[in-house]
Amino acid sequence: MLNFGLIIPELTLAATAIIVILLDLFIQRKGVLAVVGIVGVVVAAGFAIAMWGGSSQLIFNDMLVVDNFAVFFKLLFLVIVALVMLASTDYVSKLSRFQGEYYALVLLSALGMMLMAATSELISIYIALELTSISLYALVGFLKDPKSTEASLKYLLLGAVASAVLLFGMALVFGFTGQTQLGEIARSIQGMSLSGVMSSPGLILGMVLMIAGFGFKIAAVPFHMWVPDVYEGAPTPITAYLSVASKAAGFAVILRIFYSAFGLPSWLSLDWGLVFAVLAAIGMTLGNIIALPQTNIKRMLGYSSIAQAGYLMVGLAVVGIASAADVVGRSALLFFLASYALTNLGAFTAIIAISNKVNSDLIKDYAGMGRRAPLLALALTLCLISLIGMPPAAGFMAKFYIFSGAVQHDLLWLVIIAVINSVISAYYYLRVVKVMWTGKPASAAKVPSSGALRVALGLSCLGVLFLGIVPGFAMKLAEMAAKMFGF
Amino acid sequence: MDFNYLSWIIFLPAVGAILIAFIPRLSPKKIKSLAAIFTFVPLALSIYLFTIFDRSSGAIQFEETLSWIPAINANYHLGVDGLSLPLVVLMALLGFLVVLISWKVDLRPREYFAWLLLLETSILGVFCSLDLLLFFLFWEIEVIPMYFLISIWGTGRKEYSAIKYVVYTLFGSAMMLAGILSLYFTTGSLNMVEIAQGGLGMVQMVMPATAIFFLLLVGFAVKLPVFPLHTWLPDAHTDAPTAVSVVLAGALLKMGGYGMIRVCVSFFPAVAQQYALLLIILAVISILYGAAVTLRQTDLKRLIAYSSISHMGYVLLGIFALGQVSMVGAGLQMFSHGIITGLLFAMAGLVMHNAGERNLNKLGGLARQMPIIVVVFSVAGVASLGLPTTSGFAAEFLVFVGSFSSSVVAGMQVYTILGVLGIVITAGYILWMLQRVFYGQPLKQFAKAKDADILERVYMFVFVAVIMGVGIYPAVLTDVIKAGIAPVMGLLGG
Repeated sequence: MLNFGLIIPELTLAATAIIVILLDLFIQRKGVLAVVGIVGVVVAAGFAIAMWGGSSQLIFNDMLVVDNFAVFFKLLFLVIVALVMLASTDYVSKLSRFQGEYYALVLLSALGMMLMAATSELISIYIALELTSISLYALVGFLKDPKSTEASLKYLLLGAVASAVLLFGMALVFGFTGQTQLGEIARSIQGMSLSGVMSSPGLILGMVLMIAGFGFKIAAVPFHMWVPDVYEGAPTPITAYLSVASKAAGFAVILRIFYSAFGLPSWLSLDWGLVFAVLAAIGMTLGNIIALPQTNIKRMLGYSSIAQAGYLMVGLAVVGIASAADVVGRSALLFFLASYALTNLGAFTAIIAISNKVNSDLIKDYAGMGRRAPLLALALTLCLISLIGMPPAAGFMAKFYIFSGAVQHDLLWLVIIAVINSVISAYYYLRVVKVMWTGKPASAAKVPSSGALRVALGLSCLGVLFLGIVPGFAMKLAEMAAKMFGF
Repeated sequence: MDFNYLSWIIFLPAVGAILIAFIPRLSPKKIKSLAAIFTFVPLALSIYLFTIFDRSSGAIQFEETLSWIPAINANYHLGVDGLSLPLVVLMALLGFLVVLISWKVDLRPREYFAWLLLLETSILGVFCSLDLLLFFLFWEIEVIPMYFLISIWGTGRKEYSAIKYVVYTLFGSAMMLAGILSLYFTTGSLNMVEIAQGGLGMVQMVMPATAIFFLLLVGFAVKLPVFPLHTWLPDAHTDAPTAVSVVLAGALLKMGGYGMIRVCVSFFPAVAQQYALLLIILAVISILYGAAVTLRQTDLKRLIAYSSISHMGYVLLGIFALGQVSMVGAGLQMFSHGIITGLLFAMAGLVMHNAGERNLNKLGGLARQMPIIVVVFSVAGVASLGLPTTSGFAAEFLVFVGSFSSSVVAGMQVYTILGVLGIVITAGYILWMLQRVFYGQPLKQFAKAKDADILERVYMFVFVAVIMGVGIYPAVLTDVIKAGIAPVMGLLGG
């Protein structure tokens, strides 16, 4: 059934992107473009909020689904994209050309992500994914200096391989179930006997290939090779965007596919649950250990994001192992994604503000920031503390929530690995903190920051504190979203 | 109970910290006055609480409950009983005194006092929380101010010591978090009172009780510290600024002892009895090893730091002797050690500040220049070695009497006597230290060293008054602590 009323947020975003491109042709003051973009995002968010709590329904011949889960992610992406655009204004105003295209591409990739969270059919998942990815490939190379170009090319090539792997996996699943709609796939698998599934390893192979394809998106080890280079080379606002939005979209799709299509029978979900548990253990350990010696803060946060993906996969493992009715794993995952998004955006916004002045991403150049820009340094400190997972920041509650689900389902071994990893990670996050507050400043000059950056940073930090101190409300939302899967 | 005493006590310092951090253009003098006000009011409130506390009751008093995170059944739940109240008073007292001790800090005072006040909030929070998540939250928050205070205002290898402290603590709390989570799913509750009363097995066990017990114990043992998890302590104490050493030794270590009684022994009485031998042996090792290492120190602050390991060994011994008298002794020892070692560190800081030297081999003959400091330092010293009429005597006496008569493991008397040997060594290092610092020929490089000024005399007097007061009339505290220990004894079946 066609029902355009239920995709108004997406339509609003698409229209905003087109308006931004067109407007770019006619106006000289490019700052207006950001304002238009943000207004469009806020309007779209308004529409999305209005859809919260409605009943789940399938639309467009069962290709899209509208449920609380999708709305939760749509809102998350809209918040992220608004903060990223705020944080981009300084950066973009330095570009001589293509300012309109920059904002339009950011909006289009957000559109793709919103669709990813709302698709219930393999082919439309793939299309939404490509819409996101192609916009991001262009954005990563936007600086057109050697590093940025190399990063973009690397991202494009590896991303294309990952897409191919994913498509192959989807093809195999289609081949063995004869369906592309997730609900139909689930019914088809549940109709098979145990020996039937075992005798058709193609189906399992398809699932594994899909894990690999999405593993690239969420920066799971061993599909993480692109992360450090791309994070270092890309424009910093885009790095921030990649590290949170692209990852959240990946998790949204994985959750949707694996829970909806492969959630039953339980021995099957137990299998992929364990796969994710192992990937989680490897991911967080490797990410944290390699982050230890990094000297470039963007690279360090790149490896840190690999480790964070590991913590998030603990949630996926819980989803796999828990019974379908058990909501803890899913809601913990959603809460973690939200708090991680705010935290990382805050950290990157502070980095943008600082590197505007010092023109460097090396950790040693952050020396004495505590005196040159006390509020920026304080905000960055808060975000790093949140990444470690210490109170009173959001990261603590997120970890507590996700680990509590894991302990409940006999994954104590994984939790112990995870908490030890948190200790390791404290070392490199605190190194930045130490340099900022105890290092000798290279110059006494203050580090100014623009109003837009301050707003973005202030909002992220308030969000981090809010989720860390009174998480009840957000947990409630996450729980509602996790309960309301379309089918 | 209309007035939320505990919330005010806990959060006033944090409010002070925020004001100090964000009000623009404060002069250092104003910052210090603000800090003094925002630590004095909690002190006054806590002393008032202490006077109106019902000593005949073992129940939790001044309780406050507020729903916090319904999704995981966590509450904002505060309350004190006889076990925690003395520690709250201790922290509030030290919190105010360290502001006075820090009066001469002029390096980045705004940040310094903000972190110091935040530290006080987190420690007070630990002692007052009755919800495991809230408890853990305060427990973790404490690390951050500590890290900054040591790494910015410390001396020597301060950055190394600070990160070592953080890594040790986080390791301990990581284990504790795993323990708390297991406990949460074993009992379905985060309420500390409820878990202690209801016992385990409300739902099925996620894992053996012994494993949970040890996960939690590691977290507390790092903090106390217990041999072999103690190596962060000498570094952190030595390199921290004076006021932070006072808080660290005075109140922070007690979080470990408090946690052991409140969580480990109360939740797992059977496991505690089963493994008492192991912990008593560790206690004896801590006492003797700590004292022996102390004897060899040549750095004034390091010496006092190591003595803490030995004295915390008495606490561990008292707790795991699992008798009423010994546990009351452990509780009193925590309070008494907080005041005594606080004073020792304050005096050591004063000597270092006024003489500009901390190496015991280079110090000497200071008694002539510092007549007041030498007296007060000596009082703290003899209190530390447990001379009668000081609080140290009352506490150690109770610990030893209690553990000597305990029958929790065979041969308890032998362990107790070994522990008593620690006192002999303590007498050795304390007197030797006093002798090396203050007596002998006056050295001419210290000819111009000053004695304590009026502000310093004020806080010295407070410390000494508390030490002597508790020493002469220990019942003022033991009555309260006994009320707090009684329910624990009930759980132990004694």
